[in-house]
Amino acid sequence: MKFLHLIWCNLRRKKLRTSLTLLSIIVAFILFGFLAAIQEALVGGVALAGADRLIVREKVSIINLLPVSYEARMDRIPGVDFSTHQTWFGGIYQDPKNFFMQNPVEPEKFLKIHPEIILPPDEEKAWLATRTGAIVGRRTAERFGWKIGDKIPIRSTIWAQANGNLTWTFDIVGIYDGKDKGTDTTPLFFRYDYYDEARQQGKGQVGWYTIRIKDPSQAAEVAKRVDAEFENSPAETKTEPEGAFIQGWASQLGNIVLIVAAILSAVFFTILLVTGNTMAQAVRERTGELGVLKAIGFTNAQVVALVLAESCLLTVMGGMVGLGLALAITPIIAQPLAGLLPLFYLPARALLIGFGLSIALGLVTGIFPALQAMRLRVADALRRM
Amino acid sequence: MAGPLNWISQIGSVTKFGLLSLPQRRGAVAATVIGIAGVVAVLVGVLSIAAGFRQVMKISGSPDGAIVMRSGADSEMVSGLGENEVRVIADAPGITRTAKGPLASAELFVIIDLPKRSTGTDANVPLRGVEPAAFQVRDHLNVIQGRMFEWGKDEVMVGRGAAQEFAGLDVGSTIKVGRYQWPVVGIFSADGGAAESEIWTDAKILQDAYNRGNSFQSVSVKLNSPGAFQAFKDTLTSNPQLNVQVKRQSEYYEQQSERLTLLITILGFAIAFLMALGAIFGALNTMYSAVAARTREIATLRALGFGRSAVVVSLLIESLFLALVGGVIGGALAYVAFNNFHTSTMNFQSFSQITFAFKVTPQLLIQGIVWAAIIGLIGGLFPSIRAARLPIASALREL
Repeated sequence: MKFLHLIWCNLRRKKLRTSLTLLSIIVAFILFGFLAAIQEALVGGVALAGADRLIVREKVSIINLLPVSYEARMDRIPGVDFSTHQTWFGGIYQDPKNFFMQNPVEPEKFLKIHPEIILPPDEEKAWLATRTGAIVGRRTAERFGWKIGDKIPIRSTIWAQANGNLTWTFDIVGIYDGKDKGTDTTPLFFRYDYYDEARQQGKGQVGWYTIRIKDPSQAAEVAKRVDAEFENSPAETKTEPEGAFIQGWASQLGNIVLIVAAILSAVFFTILLVTGNTMAQAVRERTGELGVLKAIGFTNAQVVALVLAESCLLTVMGGMVGLGLALAITPIIAQPLAGLLPLFYLPARALLIGFGLSIALGLVTGIFPALQAMRLRVADALRRM
Repeated sequence: MAGPLNWISQIGSVTKFGLLSLPQRRGAVAATVIGIAGVVAVLVGVLSIAAGFRQVMKISGSPDGAIVMRSGADSEMVSGLGENEVRVIADAPGITRTAKGPLASAELFVIIDLPKRSTGTDANVPLRGVEPAAFQVRDHLNVIQGRMFEWGKDEVMVGRGAAQEFAGLDVGSTIKVGRYQWPVVGIFSADGGAAESEIWTDAKILQDAYNRGNSFQSVSVKLNSPGAFQAFKDTLTSNPQLNVQVKRQSEYYEQQSERLTLLITILGFAIAFLMALGAIFGALNTMYSAVAARTREIATLRALGFGRSAVVVSLLIESLFLALVGGVIGGALAYVAFNNFHTSTMNFQSFSQITFAFKVTPQLLIQGIVWAAIIGLIGGLFPSIRAARLPIASALREL
């Protein structure tokens, strides 16, 4: 710590060079933060999936519907606590760009099986009392400025009412929040009984089921039992844990993790070159001084530590500023992306990884110059002053 | 200064001198060139994703093709047309008529879960039921392996892209659709268009398997000419028996890919912008140190009588040259690594997979070189101005 002043002064020698290197590092870490947010948006849901939930869908194709009568049969399967269903409504609010999910659900069971959805009890009561009632997540409510009591018309692309009208109107009776930062609060949920009675086609059929199982370690067995129950029926099922389902959905988008990792590797490799070059020059210029330090008694290890500390200080400063900026900018970028990527934020995990990376970067860029400094012969070095 | 010609010859000599001495400064030169090459390669690579995707959409829509769906549906998947409606549509004016009947194919569009080769997880693969006219309604369809499926038989034919991306779609394998087992009898190509992501079979077979009765989802037609579109559309939309929307094929595909293209483009440009910014700082850094190392040399030139602006311009040219070399290397790297890299992703709007290849187009390569040039210019400008403004005497004395 007592050498901090020495290290800091060394960095301030060539202010321009240090600032430019710092700026490159800052930009690299802003990019890191940005890519981490993208990755979280696309595959982050997996970590938040309920360990005690299974998703059941039609085996041949996710767009095929399942009979609502399956619910009772599912509840009787050993290992199943209870089950409930949802269906894809495919609605548009004013403009296709305003996309958010709207699903008909069984209100009480839905709230029970999704404890991460936080709805005040009086709003829950209102929902149970209003057939045309709907609850909407805070993000969507804020996006469009909806309040409790508003009547929202949504035009379904799939479902028409008995009179042929594609536009359905819902009353907002509640606004829910998510328990975690990563919980999606963009969807709107309305009542299945209203939907089933009013819809023209497909009555008694639902999109998919969510099952809560009694013991999370039994997930695979219960899933097999569910599929066995409906084997050879007109609508066979495919059951898997919620995490696997979300992972599969995310994988459909492509090997996002791989692409992100590839881009980051390229970026950090380039930064490595730039910073390494800077550090190498810094050491070369100070050969004489390093000779003096060694002459007055600094050990080899101390000289190495000094050089490494300098490079690490540079990279960690750049890293923290870069990550901080990424943290600040992400909410701003999230706005225009709202319809495409509902969740766009920088998870805490990424900040920790970023910090670790900045230290690693400092060590890697500093090691060769440090070793060079260590191997200096005092007499030669002093001659080059 | 003694006139423009003199000035140009000054620039010429200093630049020549600078370029010839590049081998002496290998380290700094390599750092600049590799840094810029890396940035350009990633830039072009990321933007080639959007370019490849747009290409698929462009090829898929022919100017004299049109598609009819139920009004209010935003994709074929959610549309529904009855048997009678389909017949009325096929009788509309403007459709090319052959001896076998109008070139109109009533189709079904569903998805089937099949595992992706790359991740092993399930994906929504598009499955299309067609009528015989489908092969003339769409241009460029060719069977490249095996044979076409026979009408009325439980067989399927698979698009080239789909066969590459999803498991179990080779000629001779079978896909399981509920209780049915359908053999894959052939693979077709569609010049890179969207049809290559799909599995095709007889519409009637699909109706049975997916319990659709006699209903379809869309009708694709080939018009007499691109100009016949308006009359065709008006006839159908003014018909009280029908409740449909009519789009040109090209318009339909463009709309279908809008959101995904937007996402890829926004993300691509954001990443590209940040990389370019980082590259500018890196280039400035390298150029400043490169110029600083040559302070004495530049001061000597100025002491000899070379003008300030000549020095600045020639340093800029040198920086530009290095940047362009880096840009070309980066572009070549991107081309080799990314061009025609085959992949697939999910199009949110149609809920189904679309296979495509990254495309490093000439425009992208030019864009990459332009970015490199900008980075080189900005990176070289400030250092060279500073070099030219140093007082000669003190600069000569510098180590």
